[in-house]
Amino acid sequence: MTENNELIRSSAATLAGKLAAREVSAVEVTQAHLDRIAAVDGRVHAFLHVNTDEALAVAAEVDAIRAAGGAAAQELHALAGVPIAVKDLIVTVGQPTTAGSKILEGWHSPYDATVVKRLRAAKMPILGKTNLDEFAMGSSTEHSAFGPTHNPWDLDRIPGGSGGGSAAAVAAFEAPLALGTDTGGSIRQPGAVTGTVGVKPTYGGVSRYGAIAMASSLDQIGPVSRTVLDSALLHQVIGGHDPHDSTSLPDPLEDLVAAASIGNVRGMKIGIIKELHGEGYQTGVENRFNESLELLKGAGAEIVEVSCPNFKYALGAYYLIMPSEASSNLAKFDGVRYGLRVLPEDGPMTIERVMGATRAAGFGDEVKRRIILGTYALSAGYYDAYYGSAQKVRTLIQRDFDAAFAKADVLISPTAPTTAFKLGEKLNDPLAMYLNDVATIPANMAGVPGLSLPGGLADEDGLPVGVQLLAPARQDARLYRVGAVLESLLEAQWGGPLLDKAPSLTDPSPAAPALTDPALNDTVASHGGSH
Amino acid sequence: MPDATLSFEEAMEKYDPVLGFEVHVELNTETKMFSSAPNVFGDEPNTNVNEVDLGMPGVLPVVNRTAIESSIKIGLALNCKIAEKCRFARKNYFYPDTPKNFQTSQYDEPIAYDGYLDIELSDGTVFRVEIERAHMEEDAGKLTHMGGATGRIQGADYSLVDYNRSGVPLVEIVTKPIEGAGSRAPELAKAYVAAVREIVKNLGVSDAKMERGNVRCDANVSLRPHGRERFGIRSETKNVNSLRAVEHAVHYEIRRHAAVLDSGEPVIQETRHWHEDTRSTTSGRPKSDADDYRYFPEPDLVPIVASREWVEELRATLPEPPAARRKRLQADWGYSDLEFRDVVNAGVMDEIEETIAAGATATVARKWWMGEIVGRAKIADVDPGQLGVAPATIVELNTMVEDGKINNKMATEVLDGVLAGEGTPAEIVAKRGLAVVSDDGPLLEAIDAALAAQPGVADKIRGGKVQAIGAIVGAVMKATRGQADAGRVKELILQRLGVEG
Repeated sequence: MTENNELIRSSAATLAGKLAAREVSAVEVTQAHLDRIAAVDGRVHAFLHVNTDEALAVAAEVDAIRAAGGAAAQELHALAGVPIAVKDLIVTVGQPTTAGSKILEGWHSPYDATVVKRLRAAKMPILGKTNLDEFAMGSSTEHSAFGPTHNPWDLDRIPGGSGGGSAAAVAAFEAPLALGTDTGGSIRQPGAVTGTVGVKPTYGGVSRYGAIAMASSLDQIGPVSRTVLDSALLHQVIGGHDPHDSTSLPDPLEDLVAAASIGNVRGMKIGIIKELHGEGYQTGVENRFNESLELLKGAGAEIVEVSCPNFKYALGAYYLIMPSEASSNLAKFDGVRYGLRVLPEDGPMTIERVMGATRAAGFGDEVKRRIILGTYALSAGYYDAYYGSAQKVRTLIQRDFDAAFAKADVLISPTAPTTAFKLGEKLNDPLAMYLNDVATIPANMAGVPGLSLPGGLADEDGLPVGVQLLAPARQDARLYRVGAVLESLLEAQWGGPLLDKAPSLTDPSPAAPALTDPALNDTVASHGGSH
Repeated sequence: MPDATLSFEEAMEKYDPVLGFEVHVELNTETKMFSSAPNVFGDEPNTNVNEVDLGMPGVLPVVNRTAIESSIKIGLALNCKIAEKCRFARKNYFYPDTPKNFQTSQYDEPIAYDGYLDIELSDGTVFRVEIERAHMEEDAGKLTHMGGATGRIQGADYSLVDYNRSGVPLVEIVTKPIEGAGSRAPELAKAYVAAVREIVKNLGVSDAKMERGNVRCDANVSLRPHGRERFGIRSETKNVNSLRAVEHAVHYEIRRHAAVLDSGEPVIQETRHWHEDTRSTTSGRPKSDADDYRYFPEPDLVPIVASREWVEELRATLPEPPAARRKRLQADWGYSDLEFRDVVNAGVMDEIEETIAAGATATVARKWWMGEIVGRAKIADVDPGQLGVAPATIVELNTMVEDGKINNKMATEVLDGVLAGEGTPAEIVAKRGLAVVSDDGPLLEAIDAALAAQPGVADKIRGGKVQAIGAIVGAVMKATRGQADAGRVKELILQRLGVEG
């Protein structure tokens, strides 16, 4: 293993320690990741934009502060100099933000998202912006207007979505950390299928200011990483109250890093959700899930079964609330103030027709599908039956969680019903695609936090399986406590991190699938590279 | 082609008007309803905006606490109930003056509801207007349509948009249907809007300048045959931005509706545009009750909780209600009931108060406003306060009269000069060479001549009938072409005749 290989394969926590001890410089760490991106992203396509100059400048600044010593060096954040990738749904000054859509191609935000401000305050070099399904609508990144991201475990397969870019970047060692957004599973499901860790915090736990909204009442920004501790470290950087987000919780953030370091689950009650495993779940997924249960039991946790009977309505209700809010949130993309503007080819040049032509050309099919669905669901005469009923289901799901958490400290389920499917396999079957999120959606509907961590590889296809932990609202710490314990038990079994088993991507190997998307090189050329 | 109308009298004979008002009040908060951008009128376009007002991707609204307090105060002043908990909603429609393509507005959960306002009409009749609701919303940007003849979006070559107004906090006050006003409807309309304006001005929550659009009125009018309970189809006249226009618009719409109904055609439910120049309305866009704005609760905002303690705290800060204020002012100023009602009806109560505050006595202020300015405003067809007379001008004019520098007749001439933009009273007096003849020499000459010409009158005065002096004064004033100070003339006559004044 080369030195660079060691740097890119280190956890954020390890890098932070080495940086603090000045064993390595932030520029070296950042450059190692930029090199890795240059080496593998042509095939993975995790990035839509690489932020070379700024990332190196921030790293150099951290190194200079450390070299000067004194109070400024003392006050550096623990993650200062640890690079990070940002999902391209989160706005950044100095880099384009596309939301994976043609309608925003080339748009630069005049302001930073709150989470980005916090990354900058911590002096974490931002490596670039990661790929996603257009406006975060999808479970595979195949709906990105700039081409799909490929799963580092098998480049012919999807990396999950919508945050497949962030998950793949972390899984492919292009970044130790990334930010994602999770509306129905967009952090956790990609985590599951790429063998990485992803956390959807309690709704309101992390500011949404600057995350381009899909469904305001469901969206949450959260950490993406390779270890549970790393997610806790990043969660503490981005979390906490933000006066720019009215839905942001006023509570002070818990010590999540401490929770990840407790190291035992003795006496904790862990509830299996009856409705979220078994039928409809791939055998290999079910097997790995059961193994995790055994490990937790062996560590002294009490496994109980809980029933959440209304979860069966969650997917249906979600596909009314999410498109309803999305139809309104996406109305602003009309070509009047920013982004793409398309003029009608013939006929009168009215504002309505310019808006119509712009939206027809700028939005992809999945986005249009959801806008139409949401517009319909909110229409007079249908509102009560659709949006109104869906909100009632939401209340029922919250009650199911309340009842479940009366019996258990943490709930557990597989994160996704299957391992990564092939690119293109479900593209023409939206319902099959939507079913991927069946286990992750309830958490968004209730606002409770969820964490997905690698549970091993499925027997039948050798692909990663995710285990999901769910906790009551504002009890994110429990996820880190249980997650870190389960992670160490599993890694002890595997003899190291699961990602050690992933293909290297750089060795010329006959098993490595060839580049399948001829458009990919162009996309990387126009969106990657330094600016 | 202008719409057909009946005479107001004929319309009233045949039909019973039902009114309804939506008054939008722009709050004068420092910042906008949902953003920290300044809430300032009339600056360089698109400068008082930030990413929130422009609807940039990723932005979120944050409610302005002062705007909520102002809204609660308005609700309390309108005798409304204040919701303990209420939400904002999204009103979805595509239009380029609304940067998000939805307006954040309250919908089915207004902050204030079920109130009333007692309106005093010119003859002292009190008419109760029921308030359905007062809700909060954000203003849209301002579109200016360039090219084309009408200034409307139809036919324009292009349109300019200024988002400075986008996100300015508004409170919309909606009445219940107002029945029973009869032929007083136009007058009631004006008095109602005047009362709302007075309230928000007194509360200090709005600059309340109608000419700047701080208070904007949409007037709904429908007619029904006398004795029928069911309402007729209404029109909604927009852009009625002065008190006189409100009165005229209601008057016009009653006459127009009556003509439509008489013709046997149905009234079209639509918005109407008010035109001050022709004092008429033209058809706007059809307005159906079924317009589908796809309202749903604003998911980016948490509900507003108005604790009873907070509401009571705000209630305690409310200024004196207008009716009580009127009572107090009348007592302070010593006006008779009739004098005071005339002042109120002429719409110059605030102006008189300001003039007194500037240093005039109550009598002097009334004399000027009622005697001089109201009449001129009527001729100029504007509200008296808009004529352009500053309280300080009145005080200056009056001081000149009291000091004997000019007489009353000259003072009115100077006032005309001020209104013609010739300068300050002092400048106009100097420019026009207006000054009371203060040298007694020429006056005594004229007096002697007048006494000689009317010896009988002189004898009467000597005999103690001092009131006969008017004839001599008149002759002297005539001889001096009005330049003499009548008071001084009187004094000199009495002196000349050896009579005690």
